[in-house]
Amino acid sequence: MSDTPKDGAKTGAKVGAGDYPLAEKRPELVRGRRGKGIEEVTLDAVMAGEATMADLTITPEMLRLQADIARSAGRPRLAENLERAAEMADVPQDVIMAVYELLRPGRARSTADLAAMASTLRTTYKAERLASFIEEAAQVYEKRGLFTFRY
Amino acid sequence: MSDTSQAAPNRWKRFSDWDERPLRLDNFAAEDPANGFSVMAGARDPKPGVAMSGGRITELDGVPEADFDMIDIFIARHHLDPEVVEEAMAMPSIEVARMLVDMHVPRTELTRLAHGMTPAKLAEVVAHLNSMEIAFAYSKMRARRTPGNQGHVTNAKDDPVQLAADAATAVAFGFDEIETTMRVSRNAWSNALACCVGATVGRAGTLFQCSSEEAEELQIGMAGFTSYAETVSVYGTEKAFIDGDDTPWSKAWLTAAYASRGIKMRCTSGAASELLMGFHEAKSLLYLEARCLCMQRAMGAQGTQNGGIDGAPLAASIPGGVRGLMAENLIAVWLDLECASGNDARSSESEIRIGAKILPYLIGGSDLICSGFGSILKYDNSFNPSLFNGEEMEDYLVLQRDFEADGGLTPVEETRALEVRRRGIEALAAVFEELRLGSIDEAMKASVIAASGSRETQSFMPRQVAGISAAIKDRGITVVDVIKALKARGFQAEAENLLALVKLRVSGDYLQTSAIVRGDRVISAVNDPNDYGGPGSGYRMSDARRAEIAAIRDVLDRDEVLRAEATYEAAEAQRIAYRNMGPARVGNDPDEVVVGISPAFGEKLFRTLAGHPLSRVLKAIVGGIEENGKRARIVRMHHTGDTSFLGLSAARLSGSGIGIGLQAKGTAVIHQKERLPHNNLELFSNAPITTLEHYADLGRNAAIYAAAEMPEPVVVPTNGEALGARFHARVALIYAIETGLCRDGAAPEEIALEFLKGAA
Repeated sequence: MSDTPKDGAKTGAKVGAGDYPLAEKRPELVRGRRGKGIEEVTLDAVMAGEATMADLTITPEMLRLQADIARSAGRPRLAENLERAAEMADVPQDVIMAVYELLRPGRARSTADLAAMASTLRTTYKAERLASFIEEAAQVYEKRGLFTFRY
Repeated sequence: MSDTSQAAPNRWKRFSDWDERPLRLDNFAAEDPANGFSVMAGARDPKPGVAMSGGRITELDGVPEADFDMIDIFIARHHLDPEVVEEAMAMPSIEVARMLVDMHVPRTELTRLAHGMTPAKLAEVVAHLNSMEIAFAYSKMRARRTPGNQGHVTNAKDDPVQLAADAATAVAFGFDEIETTMRVSRNAWSNALACCVGATVGRAGTLFQCSSEEAEELQIGMAGFTSYAETVSVYGTEKAFIDGDDTPWSKAWLTAAYASRGIKMRCTSGAASELLMGFHEAKSLLYLEARCLCMQRAMGAQGTQNGGIDGAPLAASIPGGVRGLMAENLIAVWLDLECASGNDARSSESEIRIGAKILPYLIGGSDLICSGFGSILKYDNSFNPSLFNGEEMEDYLVLQRDFEADGGLTPVEETRALEVRRRGIEALAAVFEELRLGSIDEAMKASVIAASGSRETQSFMPRQVAGISAAIKDRGITVVDVIKALKARGFQAEAENLLALVKLRVSGDYLQTSAIVRGDRVISAVNDPNDYGGPGSGYRMSDARRAEIAAIRDVLDRDEVLRAEATYEAAEAQRIAYRNMGPARVGNDPDEVVVGISPAFGEKLFRTLAGHPLSRVLKAIVGGIEENGKRARIVRMHHTGDTSFLGLSAARLSGSGIGIGLQAKGTAVIHQKERLPHNNLELFSNAPITTLEHYADLGRNAAIYAAAEMPEPVVVPTNGEALGARFHARVALIYAIETGLCRDGAAPEEIALEFLKGAA
């Protein structure tokens, strides 16, 4: 992608189940990766090259808003997942897949491998939730002997 | 001593008949809890229980914290809500079971309690419910009010042309989600692009999935071709989970990863997967699935695909297996997860078992009734045959109509089907040319438009598809390129539809529980919550939706019957003339048999239900009477159209006392003047299978009765056809035409028949 990824405008908006669906009820909040409002992404804009994949890509901010909606609708676990997703939205695909691979049984050789990955996520991507999640996995893998080599 | 020349029967032949039925192809397994073959009562199923210390779960279903496996840990930390646990676990299971079927207990109160319940508790509660109660509770507890359905779109050649046509067709039939997969995994990008283009025809918003290897599936999603995923499988024992090469943490990671790319996802689990994988721990199917479902909620997945899935046929082989599949779906929705409720892998060769399996979901509704209805033919289904497939699509449509139940699908007229298939193919051809991916010639198009399945197509083969797929992937083609190509080639509506769908991912609205798109709007458990609270609440079909479901093809009405009869009128006019000779008298000729015909006979109706022209029927009857030395006299009744009364009235006019009653639809009776109306001599009630020979025999027997002799009664042999189903709609319409001509007290009329040249 040639477009530089960046967060959509940080609105600091507070939303709840009553604001859902956002695209309908709060369209002014719905912005893609380059801050372009969703109503500006028209077919003409796409043809003119003014709207790109980046404008059709979800942002951490939108994911956080959806997490707020999920929580207000009584779904705290879904909200937590969307908050992890919000942190992950800025993490490159190859890093996401590398962490996934490392979390599979027998891939990491010790807690250290996972701890290193957690540290990268915390420092490079400010992904505190993801880092803690990986650290929790490391403890469990240690306890349950999941660092055993599989192939 | 037994007679050795005649061996004693060693088998009731009915068993041999049963051996031939498709049912007997199914495997059935004995209940064997120690070896994992138990639906709800595993040898090592734990008793429900929790111990807490300072807000921390220290014992879960009989396992102390020190012995927790990774699944216990995940559930203890991420599923159980410490504020509800003590309250929920203290409630007697039977009481909770009653709340599930109590329309006065709101769904939200029950989901709150479920979040404090352990897997063993959830399983114990639903085990108190019988199948009907499970179905009712499911209907009350499912998350979104409006039901929906998902279809498979695949083919045996991975042919993109057919995928585009079949995706367009599936959209026309109303699937909310369509799912593809490949015979050859490297064809994933081609399958994704082809279905994505086909699904733009007709309306926007059909969510689309390309089931493939995790990393590739995510990449395809990021390129914008797909909008949901359901390949994140979880298992109920630690060993099965590890054997599946994952952990709850790796799967939770993927769950977040899909959301981070704006892609809807649900997990997959289902009864008997652990049994199939050999790591069941002697626990029941339902208990292990309850663990899976608690994990899925704990991971923060919005939903699940469960209800057996690949294990459904194995579950169905065990006593109570199908009830168990329903029970696990109930736990899913009770936990407040979207449920794509299985009804996916074909769990039987018996069409009766298939029809019975779908019914609770059809009448109760489900977020996605099938987590893969085969919109294509069985042999084209790359996931393996579904419970329902292209072959049985119309059966399903009729079931919707029978039960006035919204199964998520809508009948499609023949011309419309051709139209959308053509449009899908033309759109794909345009995109292929515009993006230099290949050329689709007219012969390929024509073969695919008409084809019911890939065995009838002359189109791309898997090896060619691999090249197309590689080009899409390697050149980094995205959905934006496809939108541009559609627009550039004049597919304006399709370009708009695709853009509208991709734009939905920017807001993330369809990441909420049970989200689908209807009429460009996202509806989910947030803005369309299931509010069932008894009759008059919850989902009710609108009049418009009811009309859509009712509109199956080839429906008879009165005009249609009269139109069909009119096409026979001219031919009959060449064969026979009925001359009205005035009021009929009572005869005194002992050699006569009176044939009483019905009011519309030869006037408005011209053939029997078996399709015999009425002229030929009369000729056969008259011939049979005359061959036996008697004479036929024809009388038209105007006071009745009923066979018995036609016959009795004829008999009372007859010098011999023997009469024949004959309706235009071909039902006939031999009657005698002294008898009670419904105590006739011979009745020919199965008009659709009555032949001209039978009518000749009828005339012969009437002549024999007239000679005061006793003939061998004519038996019209039946093969057990459901004649009512085949004919009664027409019968009722035809009979109304007869009764419409009846006049109270009208006198019978003498008819002179003249058989004309046209009568062969």
